[in-house]
Amino acid sequence: MILELTGKSFDGKPVLGRISLDIAPGEVVALTGPSGIGKSTLARIIAGLDPGFEGTLTGTGRVGMVFQEPTLLPWRSAIANIRIATGCNEKTARDALDKVELGDRHGAYPGQLSLGQQRRVALARALAAAPDTLILDEAFASLDEATASRMRALTQAIFKGSGFCTVLVTHNPEDTVELADRALLLDGNPAEILAEYKIKAPRQSRNLNAELHAMRQALKAAR
Amino acid sequence: MRPETNRAGLSKGLISLLIFLGLWAAVSAWVQDSSLLPSPADVARVFWSETLSGEMALHMQATLARVIAAFVLAMSIGSLLGIASGRSPDFNAWASPWLIIFLNLPALVIIVLCYLWIGLTELAAITAVALNKIPMIAVMMREGARALDPALDDMAKAFRIAPHARWRHVIAPQLAPHFASAGRAGFALIWKIVLVVEFLGRSNGVGFQIHLNFQLFDVARILAYALGFVAIMLAVEYLVVQPWEKSATKWRRGGVPQ
Repeated sequence: MILELTGKSFDGKPVLGRISLDIAPGEVVALTGPSGIGKSTLARIIAGLDPGFEGTLTGTGRVGMVFQEPTLLPWRSAIANIRIATGCNEKTARDALDKVELGDRHGAYPGQLSLGQQRRVALARALAAAPDTLILDEAFASLDEATASRMRALTQAIFKGSGFCTVLVTHNPEDTVELADRALLLDGNPAEILAEYKIKAPRQSRNLNAELHAMRQALKAAR
Repeated sequence: MRPETNRAGLSKGLISLLIFLGLWAAVSAWVQDSSLLPSPADVARVFWSETLSGEMALHMQATLARVIAAFVLAMSIGSLLGIASGRSPDFNAWASPWLIIFLNLPALVIIVLCYLWIGLTELAAITAVALNKIPMIAVMMREGARALDPALDDMAKAFRIAPHARWRHVIAPQLAPHFASAGRAGFALIWKIVLVVEFLGRSNGVGFQIHLNFQLFDVARILAYALGFVAIMLAVEYLVVQPWEKSATKWRRGGVPQ
């Protein structure tokens, strides 16, 4: 997936500056930076939800997206939500629910699920789309720490051996060091990529605290 | 609601209805003029004889057919206008002044103009009733279309859900509660307007019977037709329209749609 952005404005006010982004299949790239800087705007551009930008976007293919809110259809069951959004068959939808450990709740309606479970259905939905590009927009925000860490573990397992490009939008450095291969720091006005940090250790065997410390130092130095 | 309170409410309603009938009988006995205020028993007798002669069914059917035709017409056109206005601010800017004019035009004026311009025909009668209700339904559906969740819209776009599936699974369920409320409010007013339309220019139907018996000063027949039709409309409202509205809004109250 390749994005060559030359600019993005809202009502004549530039929000994003020149940004180039090249993500290889299987790679997970975290977009970090202060809130309101335009991370979600960038994610929406990649998802094809915001055609009003200057530049080119190629190779996104099929997109699977997990939004800040679960955005499930409250009037359809978990499995129907997955099948309607992705057009996949029953088996694929069930497999996706199994992967997020909700195989036994496939008939439940969103109103009967906790927020954490709804988020997992949203993750299963993005997976069932068999995406070429997966976008996670603050997918672990506003969950309690135990639920968030469980969700990160599930996501980690899903990334293993996957062939899709992943964009992880997050303000939480723990999400980044646990899940990403590369962190991009977005800052400035209009926002550009201020620093890039590669996490060398493989995702499954990281010393999270050491990585967290190293990444903070590196990004601080770049500022 | 718990079943006990439901049952208690029902029995209170029945007692209240019996008190109404008792009061009516008492006043009519006191007036002692059955041509001015016939007793409930007199009205029931007239109702029964009209039913046996087949007249009651004939006129009820005519009125009911007009109610259904006007309802279907008003709901289809009103919904289309409302959804278009809610989705497109540009269309709304053009349509809104028309809606305001028609919303404030008295029903009687629309009925008289339809009869004058189209003639004393079935088409004029149904058009007049529908025109009276379209603006209200359009306004209710416009609010519904404006309240569509933009996050779900984004989700549908990101996953590239096909247009027909998007309509059926994402948009229609959000509009359903508004459609049901508009239907219920529309129905409650349409059957009342149909009687006026029949009163002014039709040769059958409950409204025509009321006109005829008004000229003959036959209060018993007026009451027999009016109350008979009210009973049918209330039955439709409680047995068809309200359950339909309830099921359409169920997911909103945190329930599970079946």
